[in-house]
Amino acid sequence: MTTLPIGTTLASPPATQSRQRWFDLGSTSLVHLLLVGYTLLSLAPLMLVVVNSFKERSAIFGDPLAFPTADTFSLIGYSKVLEHAQVLGYFSNSLIVTSVSLVLILLLGAMAAWALTEYDFPGRRVLGLFMAFGIMVPIRLASVSIMQVVVALDLMNTLTALSLVYVAQGLPLAIMILSEFIRQVPQDLKDAARCDGVSEYRLFFQVILPLIRPAVATVAVFTMVPIWDDLWFPLILAPSEETQTITLGVQQFIGQYATDWNSVLAALSLAVLPVLVFYAIFSRQLIRGITAGAIK
Amino acid sequence: MSSVHLRQLSKQYNNTRVLENVSLDIRHGEFVVLVGPSGCGKSTLLRMICGLEDISAGELVIDGQVVNGLSPAERGIAMVFQSYALYPHMSVYRNMAFGLKVHGHDKSSIEQRVKAAAQALHIDHLLQRMPRELSGGQRQRVAIGRAIVRQPRLFLFDEPLSNLDASLRVKTRIELARLHSELNATMIYVTHDQVEAMTLGDKIVVLNDGTVQQAGTPLELYQQPANRFVATFIGSPTMNLLPAQVLSTCDQGVLVRVLGGQEMVALVDSARLKPGDQVEIGIRSEHLHCATGPKAMGAGELFGAVVLVEHLGDSNLLYVRLGDGSEIVVRGDGCAAVRLGEKLRLHVDMAQLHVFSADGQACRRLAPGNMQLARHQAGTLQ
Repeated sequence: MTTLPIGTTLASPPATQSRQRWFDLGSTSLVHLLLVGYTLLSLAPLMLVVVNSFKERSAIFGDPLAFPTADTFSLIGYSKVLEHAQVLGYFSNSLIVTSVSLVLILLLGAMAAWALTEYDFPGRRVLGLFMAFGIMVPIRLASVSIMQVVVALDLMNTLTALSLVYVAQGLPLAIMILSEFIRQVPQDLKDAARCDGVSEYRLFFQVILPLIRPAVATVAVFTMVPIWDDLWFPLILAPSEETQTITLGVQQFIGQYATDWNSVLAALSLAVLPVLVFYAIFSRQLIRGITAGAIK
Repeated sequence: MSSVHLRQLSKQYNNTRVLENVSLDIRHGEFVVLVGPSGCGKSTLLRMICGLEDISAGELVIDGQVVNGLSPAERGIAMVFQSYALYPHMSVYRNMAFGLKVHGHDKSSIEQRVKAAAQALHIDHLLQRMPRELSGGQRQRVAIGRAIVRQPRLFLFDEPLSNLDASLRVKTRIELARLHSELNATMIYVTHDQVEAMTLGDKIVVLNDGTVQQAGTPLELYQQPANRFVATFIGSPTMNLLPAQVLSTCDQGVLVRVLGGQEMVALVDSARLKPGDQVEIGIRSEHLHCATGPKAMGAGELFGAVVLVEHLGDSNLLYVRLGDGSEIVVRGDGCAAVRLGEKLRLHVDMAQLHVFSADGQACRRLAPGNMQLARHQAGTLQ
């Protein structure tokens, strides 16, 4: 008589548990499904470019969605692009502009963020607001004025002009993100360093900067991609043959070789590579905890 | 030699005064503990001495030199923080060596100093580890080691033990005391824990509301608290305070009547008191005893019922509710069985009474005092 009720009460918790488990599984798979869908959506155009860059011209038009087969496989696009004397120049222009801008943005951004969060000086709030303003207003609105300034400085068709514009474009966001991370560095740590007799510069470079490295990497990734991809400013500020970046160079391929899709696709595929490499380097930093072990 | 003098130090944030006219003399080799409740300004005072906070007014003198405008490093001060504040991206060795490196010491002397400090603190096997791989106690040692290697004139500790668990805290406390005698260094230590203060300090400075309430040796503070605040802050359990009225005064003491009509004689300087004044008498828990025999000679007696018993092993803490509803704590024999609700008759050791006038200031206790004479002169001859 008594065994029956006990049996039922014992049976019910596993039942709830398994229902719970199914529910968890369901919600996780839903999330994964959405993520996979989004990933496919983002990667599909890129895949299309890369896949078709390895095909013959007729095959590109014949069946754009097909993978290259033994018959249709061809590296003609790559060989043409790499033989084209200017392309390597475009690449190096892009690399120079991106890396110079990146270094300047990260260095100046981190220093400005440190100053704005750590030191109290007149005009600090105004300066902070000014920087925040820079995030809200797209820099392209100022294209005409920027062009006038560049002309006045006699910097037209130079990589310097491009780098300067990109530094201005990237700084506000960099300062904002880095300020947030610098604010999280414990006060005691800064005080301890000052007690150790560490100068403010040394404190910044040897204590603060290593601690916010993950944030710097995040900013680097976010900043780098728009600069590398930008078409607008190279087009209006540095369109000369010697200063074209790869994005601009490829566009002119389209004009010059209107029918030569092999080269366009190959050049575009190649242009993706450096970004991937950069990302691989920085993303290792992204996941590191920032102050593990500093304080209890 | 490094002596420290605080002359009328004040600190002001905008319009709020955090510290007011703090004056203090610290001799070389002294271990001074700043103690007080949270928000009393003790940490601010320490940071001012360190040079991390500006001094609003007053002078800070170290070894005869006014150091108000100097940076922490120029003052020759090392500080140990509550959160340890180790550089998380540097190994233990580099943490300890960083300050020396910054000051341009050469490699071999740095290594020698770090090794010596590490040995003294028993962390020499941890030198290559990162702070995140260490336990709380080990991190604290590294933080202390980082202070020692610089051979500062003055050590500052900001609640260094509060992040440690109870047993480790006691152990580290003892080691700190040992370290102090070995280094023969001047140390200033901030804590809110009065046990730490009593056990470590050569001199204790009790702060409240930004002012120094009293400075003295641990026993001075315990036996001669200057005011009501110090009396209740130092000592555990807290000193019992009972309202009373002055009946008569004499040069040997004062006769008071506590609630319920009991008369007691306290051996204190009664110059500031006159008959009719409202005062408070203070009795520490260990100066109350459960009376077993017939009513003893003298007036010190209280009646009440036990409402709570705390067993400490060696003794009991009996919370006794008196006739008027106020509660007092009695330290009793740990072996005696006491039931809740039991009616108790308590004897008061009247020679140990404290008297606080209405403004909270203590009347100076007369030592040794003469109970017979006081009782005779004050007019009670029960």
